[in-house]
Amino acid sequence: MDWETVIGLEIHTQLATKSKIFSGAATTYGAEPNTQACEVDLGLPGVLPVLNEQAVLMAIKFGLAIGAEIPKRSIFSRKNYFYPDLPKGYQISQFELPIVNSGHIEIQLADGTTKEVGITRAHLEEDAGKSMHEGFGDQTGIDLNRAGTPLLEIVSEPDMRSAKEAVAYMKKVHSIVCYLEICDGNMQEGSFRCDANVSIRPKGEEAFGTRTELKNINSFRYVEQAINIEIERQVDILEDGGKIEQETRLYDPNRNETRSMRSKEEANDYRYFPDPDLLPIQIDVELIEKVRNQLPELPNAKKQRFIDEFNLSDYDSGVLTAQKEIADYFEDCVVITEGEAKLSANWINGELSASLNKENKDITESPVTPKMLGSMIKLINDDTISGKIAKQVFEAMWNGEGSADSIVERKNLKQVTDRGVIEKLVDDVIANNPIQVTQYKATPEEKKEKLIGYFVGQIMKKSQGKANPKKVNELLIEKLDT
Amino acid sequence: MSFNKSEIQKIAWLARLSIEQQDISTYSDELSNILNLVECMNSVDTEGISPIAHPLDLTARFRTDSVTEVNQRDQFQKNAAQTDAGCYLVPKVIE
Repeated sequence: MDWETVIGLEIHTQLATKSKIFSGAATTYGAEPNTQACEVDLGLPGVLPVLNEQAVLMAIKFGLAIGAEIPKRSIFSRKNYFYPDLPKGYQISQFELPIVNSGHIEIQLADGTTKEVGITRAHLEEDAGKSMHEGFGDQTGIDLNRAGTPLLEIVSEPDMRSAKEAVAYMKKVHSIVCYLEICDGNMQEGSFRCDANVSIRPKGEEAFGTRTELKNINSFRYVEQAINIEIERQVDILEDGGKIEQETRLYDPNRNETRSMRSKEEANDYRYFPDPDLLPIQIDVELIEKVRNQLPELPNAKKQRFIDEFNLSDYDSGVLTAQKEIADYFEDCVVITEGEAKLSANWINGELSASLNKENKDITESPVTPKMLGSMIKLINDDTISGKIAKQVFEAMWNGEGSADSIVERKNLKQVTDRGVIEKLVDDVIANNPIQVTQYKATPEEKKEKLIGYFVGQIMKKSQGKANPKKVNELLIEKLDT
Repeated sequence: MSFNKSEIQKIAWLARLSIEQQDISTYSDELSNILNLVECMNSVDTEGISPIAHPLDLTARFRTDSVTEVNQRDQFQKNAAQTDAGCYLVPKVIE
């Protein structure tokens, strides 16, 4: 049978505030356990939560960026459950009346088409602490530094139909929250994580199948793997005549499998009720407009501008604008090169991106700055070096050997454009390859271009890559055709 | 409106309350009485009245986003039954 997959994601983004959502404790990552957990975060008796203004503004920012309605009134509720890293016995969250109502996000699919994914809602809540099950013998250690960190939970409609679409959506949300600077986007540190609701149904069927919820997914790669492995599991069960249990499952990346989390099964009765400690939030139109005026240029708008302003392809522009820092790098580079957008894009999406990937570095950690890359591109443009030699120069810059100018100077990498010198090289190669020359002359005109590559290769080798390829080509054709 | 035995047991379990079998009918009566009291509301016409989230007709004041708390871990952990390496210790909660 043909099955259709239905996926909805709940993405938790940690908001990049200095202090917690309801207390003045710091949110810095990596502090000594429990040194950033105050009375409010510990849920001690007699304390009262007071809402962080910045968390509210950041949530509104996100809502406006996805074209959502920001309701005038919003309330906090208590979500009740027991777990040791939740000291109060409830999480302050939003249930009815979230801060952001429905919106939408456009994602780009592999075939180049776009798809709109609906956002059901986004709501503010506090994060829980961390439980550590290793290193404390038969006990569990609790660190409450994270307790009370502001989260924006972004809930999508069940609009995605494959693991790839889910990844594309997650990447887009990641890109948007980073552009908005409301989240640092650091997935290793858990600032951006997601739960996936996955079900399957026979193709053509309207009604949804029973879904499972996959927890604990903290990388783009794992989202894809977890969903695909869960789809396989569900297909196997249904094709064997079984039934899918509605349950929470944990993805284990080491074994690439999902496992039932039995402990969570019975706890799905959260008994939400409005938190009497917190008054309703009122958001007036002036505040919304103020935030709207501070919105930065978002990925889609930037992408379109790059296409219009720099004449880039849809693909190049998409890659450059996926991360704000890459887009900034590109624009800085274009300024240095005095408008050489295409070459800048090629080098950033090519060599630079490959080198960053290889060393698992972010563009902000690149040893080659936009200024360095731009200066090198200028050397290509004014024929000081060839594109081929530029790769050597780039590598040297990457390894900290200095600026492009100094490397070219020191290593004597200047392109040879002098006609006399090149002529000599061409003559030598022609003289040394009589068989190929005869072959060339016997070849029909339209196929000659292929053969010429052989001679060019020989000449470039002899010149150690420094001969100007264009000049070599011209001279070769001139000499071979006479 | 009244609760049956299994509903009482479920509520007790969700609240992590250990209750005696023989007390279940008492709890059932008492909780049912509370619900009956609330049920009076059904006789009132609430058409067009939106539910309140808070008894006070006020809205939230915000706090500016600045760190005002200092580390008082040692002080707080005096109240804890057990700690180690800065962490609060609890019985192992993973199977």
